[in-house]
Amino acid sequence: VENVRLLDRLSSRKATLGTLYLTATHVIFVENGSEARKETWVLHSQISSIEKQATTATGCPLLIRCKNFQVIQLVIPQERDCHDIYISLIRLARPVKYEELYCFSFNPKLDKEEREQGWKLVNLTEEYNRMGVPNNYWQISDVNRDYGVCDSYPTEVYVPRSVTAHIIVGSSKFRSRRRFPALSYYCKDNNASICRSSQPLSGFSARCLEDEQMLQAIRKANPGSDFLYVVDTRPKLNAMANRAAGKGYENEDNYSNIKFQFIGIENIHVMRNSLQKMLEVCELKSPSMSDFLWGLENSGWLKHIKAIMDAGIFIAKAVAEEGVSVLVHCSDGWDRTAQVCSVASLLLDPYYRTVKGFMVLIEKDWVSFGHKFNHRYGNLDGDPKEISPVIDQFLECVWQLMEQFPCAFEFNERFLIHIQHHIYSCQFGNFLCNSQKERRELKIQERTYSLWAHLWKNRVDYLNPLYRADHSQTRGTLCPQMAPCNFLYKFWSGMYNRFEKGLHPRQSVTDYLMAVKEETQQLEEELEVLRERLANLQKSQLNDYKVKSKQQDRSKQLGLSTSDNSLANTPQEYSNDLKSFPSRSPSQGDEEDSALILTQDNLKSSDPDLSAASDQESGVEDLSCRSPSGGGCLPSEDSGKDSDEAVFLAA
Amino acid sequence: MEFAELIKTPRADNVALHRPFYPAVEGTLCLTGHHLIFSSRRQDNAEELWLLHSNIDSIEKRFVGSLGTIIIKCKDLRIIQLDIPGMEECLNIASSIEALSTLDSVTLMYPFFYRPMFEVVEDGWRSFLPDQEFELLSSATDEWRLSCINKEFSVCPSYPPVVIVPKSIDDEALRKVAMFRHGSRFPVLSYYHKKNGMVMMRSSQPLTGTNGKRCKEDEKLINATLRPGKRGYIIDTRSLNVAQQARAKGGGFEQEVHYPQWRRIHKCIERFNILQESLIKLVEACNDQSHNMDRWLSKLEASNWLTHIKEILTAACLAAQCIDREGASVLVHGTEGTDSTLQVTSLAQIILDPRCRTIRGFESLVVREWLQAGHPFQQRCAQSAYSNSKQKWEAPVFLLFLDCVWQILRQFPCSFEFNEQFLIMLFEHAYASQFGTFLGNNESERSKLKLPQKTMSLWSWVNRSEELCKFQNPLFEANSLVIWPSVAPQSLQLWEGVFLRWNRPSKFLDEAQEEMISIIKYNKELQAKVNALRRQLAELETDDRMQENL
Repeated sequence: VENVRLLDRLSSRKATLGTLYLTATHVIFVENGSEARKETWVLHSQISSIEKQATTATGCPLLIRCKNFQVIQLVIPQERDCHDIYISLIRLARPVKYEELYCFSFNPKLDKEEREQGWKLVNLTEEYNRMGVPNNYWQISDVNRDYGVCDSYPTEVYVPRSVTAHIIVGSSKFRSRRRFPALSYYCKDNNASICRSSQPLSGFSARCLEDEQMLQAIRKANPGSDFLYVVDTRPKLNAMANRAAGKGYENEDNYSNIKFQFIGIENIHVMRNSLQKMLEVCELKSPSMSDFLWGLENSGWLKHIKAIMDAGIFIAKAVAEEGVSVLVHCSDGWDRTAQVCSVASLLLDPYYRTVKGFMVLIEKDWVSFGHKFNHRYGNLDGDPKEISPVIDQFLECVWQLMEQFPCAFEFNERFLIHIQHHIYSCQFGNFLCNSQKERRELKIQERTYSLWAHLWKNRVDYLNPLYRADHSQTRGTLCPQMAPCNFLYKFWSGMYNRFEKGLHPRQSVTDYLMAVKEETQQLEEELEVLRERLANLQKSQLNDYKVKSKQQDRSKQLGLSTSDNSLANTPQEYSNDLKSFPSRSPSQGDEEDSALILTQDNLKSSDPDLSAASDQESGVEDLSCRSPSGGGCLPSEDSGKDSDEAVFLAA
Repeated sequence: MEFAELIKTPRADNVALHRPFYPAVEGTLCLTGHHLIFSSRRQDNAEELWLLHSNIDSIEKRFVGSLGTIIIKCKDLRIIQLDIPGMEECLNIASSIEALSTLDSVTLMYPFFYRPMFEVVEDGWRSFLPDQEFELLSSATDEWRLSCINKEFSVCPSYPPVVIVPKSIDDEALRKVAMFRHGSRFPVLSYYHKKNGMVMMRSSQPLTGTNGKRCKEDEKLINATLRPGKRGYIIDTRSLNVAQQARAKGGGFEQEVHYPQWRRIHKCIERFNILQESLIKLVEACNDQSHNMDRWLSKLEASNWLTHIKEILTAACLAAQCIDREGASVLVHGTEGTDSTLQVTSLAQIILDPRCRTIRGFESLVVREWLQAGHPFQQRCAQSAYSNSKQKWEAPVFLLFLDCVWQILRQFPCSFEFNEQFLIMLFEHAYASQFGTFLGNNESERSKLKLPQKTMSLWSWVNRSEELCKFQNPLFEANSLVIWPSVAPQSLQLWEGVFLRWNRPSKFLDEAQEEMISIIKYNKELQAKVNALRRQLAELETDDRMQENL
């Protein structure tokens, strides 16, 4: 469709004219005119809602909201076209079969072996070995090898050595969806562990001997401690309500030596609404400070983030400081439990704060333990009530920690944002389906590629320049400030206003330091070369030994690579009054923020949702002239503008 | 007056000092004329706390049995608690501190007694003189002149002795204009934009009154700054409503009919007690120990502090936009032209002029646009967030300005030569200092107090390499462009370095800062080494070649 206008949310005056293309996998908007044509690519699987608004004189507006928090406003000249697009997108954004998803057609041009290697990058058996299990207290159980006991659990489950298959099966019958207590994290230093499960089917008075034995075995697997914390991450009221349905929580009287604790994290429905409210605030057009803060508070989002963090901190403290094992559960043990276990692991173990370790952590606590990615993130058309930003909240917890501990994480904010992006993109097979069982049945590993391999390949982009493996902040347990420091929890504009570049700091400290570090490395190499040459030269002169060696001049021009990191920078609409004043300024057209707000590639020249596009665009000839090379360094899209406004960080 | 008269108990032993995030320390408390000194007796970890009495904003006392407790709240927002055994000692000390921290005579202030322990390399009182500024200007344009009309502060008591005005306007006309402007603050040059020759002027409101008085000279003066055929903007920092109400008190604003070449824009920036209350509420929220997330956000919102930041920044961006983008000259004023006006003119310069983003340039900006321009520091900074005096003239105008600068610095972390610490240092010294720089309300008062002769300038101390290195931004890369900050709520943050400074642990953030510095330092060292080797190599190679040629 031609002559489509793409509206800029921040400034109503700005709209770009271009052509809209629909492909099997993407919506593509190509700007008319300008030489380096700007393109906006949106994966169908990222679309969370499409809204057709009332037709105006200029055309028919179409609002597309994406799961990665991008919002696109289009105005399509013909009502008919708009309706067609609307209908097509509704269908395309709601696939009904896994095979329709992008990962089954996505081909990053890797051969079979590379693909297999990619899937092997994260290996959970190795990970449990790293933690120190199996050992005298813990063993691997094959009771679930055919998913016979619990179909949402992995085949390999770690349980206390003293526990028999009989106990496991017995306990699983007493737990929601048969998710029996299993090991999530083991602390080598003091034998304390974090186990996870679903709620017990205790109702008002039911007991289960095997379940009680199971908990006792977990406690005894930590000989240094004489009790076990059982943490129910739900608000007490919710847990009590569950008792009426024959579920509920552990009765301290029935289990020997447990300490029971509620930590009130709200359920997925509350979280979904909370995010919705916060996004409404983010979408406000020129909100006042009060609108924004009031809306943020009203959404309750940061309160929920804090609740998850507090639960994680409680568990980390129990394990690290008290040396007490913890059993964590919520209702089904796949949402809040996953959040809390992974936050606690991240606090406890520096390994999870590395690039590789973080992948392992997500694989362990989320993917393998049956977090329902398909339902939560709406990959296939399904019940909208199942959708909830559960892992988004976990990623935000990590970001909040990164803000408090700037040197403790090997990765940077971009890493988190790209993981969030790909959880929804369905470009890689990692997060498909709801359980390991389903993924195996679909033969995901044979038919799709692994995100971890892709991120690992581009890991230079995701490094935190302030991280040093030997730094004191890096090592040991992180002890974040508990309350009363509510002010430590901040709004994450890098995520929720990710596509509004105009709102973010115009110069990135991370990128700058990365460039400096890169240059430093080059300097180190050059220093070595120079020293060598100097030594040779001195030796040859000493011997008066003239060899006509054609020394290549290897001294290279060193420049901070930030120089091409031109930053968009133009004034916002500071006043409405200016508009009405007839201006003779030729620069009027450039008034608005010319940051390319909607393209997805600003952040990540190496991200394949762009590069992959070149394989996808067979039907769109016009685009081939500028097919982004896979993994190559695209110049920052911000650069094509009035040089006066671009802020260059020339070396 | 002898300070000794005020000090009934000069010393108390076994005093316990409590601060957030530190374990309590026991030691000895001493009072001197200007300081409260606490020193721990522990041999292994001797610690001393020196607190200027003038830094103390308010004190509270409490008794439990014979143990007295004094809670001291400082203007730099820190709160400390001293447990003093003995009721009498405690009462004496509290009353001494109260008296010493509220001395009413400026000449009793510490700067008049302070003797520097460092060598003065450059006298800060002479570092930023109007003549130098004018010299810079004259290299770009000859349309302006330096007028000594205010030599004896006879025309305008809050202006410096010399001001920059359009060349075509003589002193006689200036006198008439002064009569037409509030507090005689006639329009003067604030900033000249070299890129396009546009200017920013500032003044106070015109005294039009209810009957729409006009002043031909005033019109001529401000029109003299316009290029033929061009128009200009008047940015009034009050809402239209407030400006209209001002007419009843003899003030007012420029009527379109009399200033046809100018377009007036009203940008409301709050003043006086509204700002002071905002600060008090904000600091209260930051010190709230409750565990509730919702309360924190609603308190932050209710303080309106960030709203003020947004308003001020927006007005400053607008002024900068008019100059740089619209190619128009700008006149900024509010009522007196000593508060919101200066916030706008100085911030606009930071946006427009790369020089103002250097340490030296920023100091010069503070001197020009705040000290010489007659911002009444002594009145405004008499008390801070723990004030209970509720005096109308107290207001954190300068702190808001510094906060706005920090917001821009946060958005352009590589474009400033100075760091956050530099801004925090200025905040501290504006409220309590051993230096005379921020004493007095204007140049006239400073000259009467003979501050340059009797006190040390802050700049003499700061501009030594030992101090400067603490305030340098390791990420600085000179950026010659205009920097446009975002004023969206998502882009503005609470200035933690000031408001949460004493109630958040900063260890991890400090470590990050150190890491950053060491990364850059190592890079520079390597660069130097490589360059040296390259030179050496080049020399050897030429030798080599010469030998070859022989």
